[in-house]
Amino acid sequence: MSGHDGHGCCGGPPAPASPAMPPVDMAHVTLRIGDRIILSDVGLAVPAGAFVGMLGPNGAGKSSLIRAILGVVPVAAGRISVFGRPVGRGNHDIGYLPQFPARSAPRLDGRSFIAAALHGERWGLPCDWRPGRHRRHDAMEIDRVLDLVGAMHLARRPIDHLSGGERQRLLLAQALLGRPRLLLLDEPLASLDPHRAREVVALVDTIRRQLGIAVLFSTHDLNPLLGVMDRVLYVGRGAARLGTVDEVVTGPVLSALYGMPVEVIRANGRIFVVADGAVQS
Amino acid sequence: MFAFEFMRHAFAATGIVAILSGLVGYFMVLRGESFAGHALSHVGFAGATGALLVGMPPFWGLMGATVLAGVAMGLGGRGTTQGRDVTIGLVLSCMLGCGLLFLHFLTTSATRATALLFGNVLGVDRSMLGWLLVLGVGCVLAMAALSRPLLFASLQPETAEARGVKLRMVSTIFLAIVAVVTAECVQITGVLLVFALMVGPAATAQRLTATPGWGIVLSVLLAIGAGWGGLALSWWTDCPASFWISALSTGFYLAAGVWRFTGRRESIDAA
Repeated sequence: MSGHDGHGCCGGPPAPASPAMPPVDMAHVTLRIGDRIILSDVGLAVPAGAFVGMLGPNGAGKSSLIRAILGVVPVAAGRISVFGRPVGRGNHDIGYLPQFPARSAPRLDGRSFIAAALHGERWGLPCDWRPGRHRRHDAMEIDRVLDLVGAMHLARRPIDHLSGGERQRLLLAQALLGRPRLLLLDEPLASLDPHRAREVVALVDTIRRQLGIAVLFSTHDLNPLLGVMDRVLYVGRGAARLGTVDEVVTGPVLSALYGMPVEVIRANGRIFVVADGAVQS
Repeated sequence: MFAFEFMRHAFAATGIVAILSGLVGYFMVLRGESFAGHALSHVGFAGATGALLVGMPPFWGLMGATVLAGVAMGLGGRGTTQGRDVTIGLVLSCMLGCGLLFLHFLTTSATRATALLFGNVLGVDRSMLGWLLVLGVGCVLAMAALSRPLLFASLQPETAEARGVKLRMVSTIFLAIVAVVTAECVQITGVLLVFALMVGPAATAQRLTATPGWGIVLSVLLAIGAGWGGLALSWWTDCPASFWISALSTGFYLAAGVWRFTGRRESIDAA
């Protein structure tokens, strides 16, 4: 892959292209989906190696923002760059876990599912049907990501027999193919019970530390991320605020983002956001 | 039964079409597009009867209509035809109606219509066999180039799009291949029974194995089994081959369901 400023020579993990290049850098970004304005003139930078939790009311455009960083959705104005380069589809620095789709899971085993994603954008036969050296190389890469997420034992089971948490593990493994330096995780906690949600968050954090990569993690509920994320990104009504939990998750800041009076209640190490009388944890 | 040339031709043609149907059908079932393939064959019926009306060979009218419809379906879709069953169903019945209208103007014998609707595998001549082979090899080569992005786009469209797979292009090329295979399959099973070779074996294979490689191998073998088995049974029983092919295909599917059900019960017992 091109674009790495060939510093980190032989051996060791590949050095970041440049310490000055943040994983995600947004300058005066306006993002529009149809006639809905998701972001209007937003500027922010995700620091290297950070675990950023992305929150916001339903329909605020968290998925759209992730898709804009992937280069799938174009920005209306401004500029988003990823490690100093303009966004574009097929960026191998990014690993992506999409929101789990409503469509029914195919009757395929986990390993085949992950193998399909390995260089799946190229023409030709699927990677696990090719002979010889390539196949061994690809098999090692699949083993590596399965091992990272602790899903070796799931590899041979059909996906439609797996629980939601087990599927998320496989999707996370898929996102780690090709050694990305930024993970974009779109609602990986959706439809998981609190215990499983904690497990997934801890797993993502372990992998982040192990590989030294940045994580942007969108979620409805900020509590499973407390103590793990070091930044929170709140998106709402065309604006976005990035900062520490104490800076952003406050009554005045959230009231502005939600466009209604919001109260923030802290109790027993948990945070409850009370908007218009309804509690959102 | 191999003493007769028409039987040798029938076996060869069925073999070619079964290999294609098993291969392409596997992806159709995986993508949830089996109904789209069914609709293509109905469009082909209008194309074939329309070609007869203007004095052209029906096979090329059939092929032209299915490919045009397949490409239109691919370009009009958002990279998948899922959730469009009403549109597809309406186009399907409209095209069958058009075919009926063309037949009405043709005032030919009913055998021609029956051959189109239910297949006439015993009528495959040497030149048709040649075309089936040439087009078949083309489809296999196209699938070899397309299978990797197609598998990725079918299983994880959002991720595939982010990685630079052009979903609509992949879907359109695939539906064009499906269209050619459908037109070939009509020669064996007729317009109404393409499901028997294109969907039945593939769906059975997906009940039996959870890896795409083995799934496709199994799907092809089952399609050949249904095709050749149907021909042999039709020879011995003097019943139409298409009947036996569809009966075998459905039988495989049901048997695989029973096998999986008992298999799962055992695995629960073992746990």
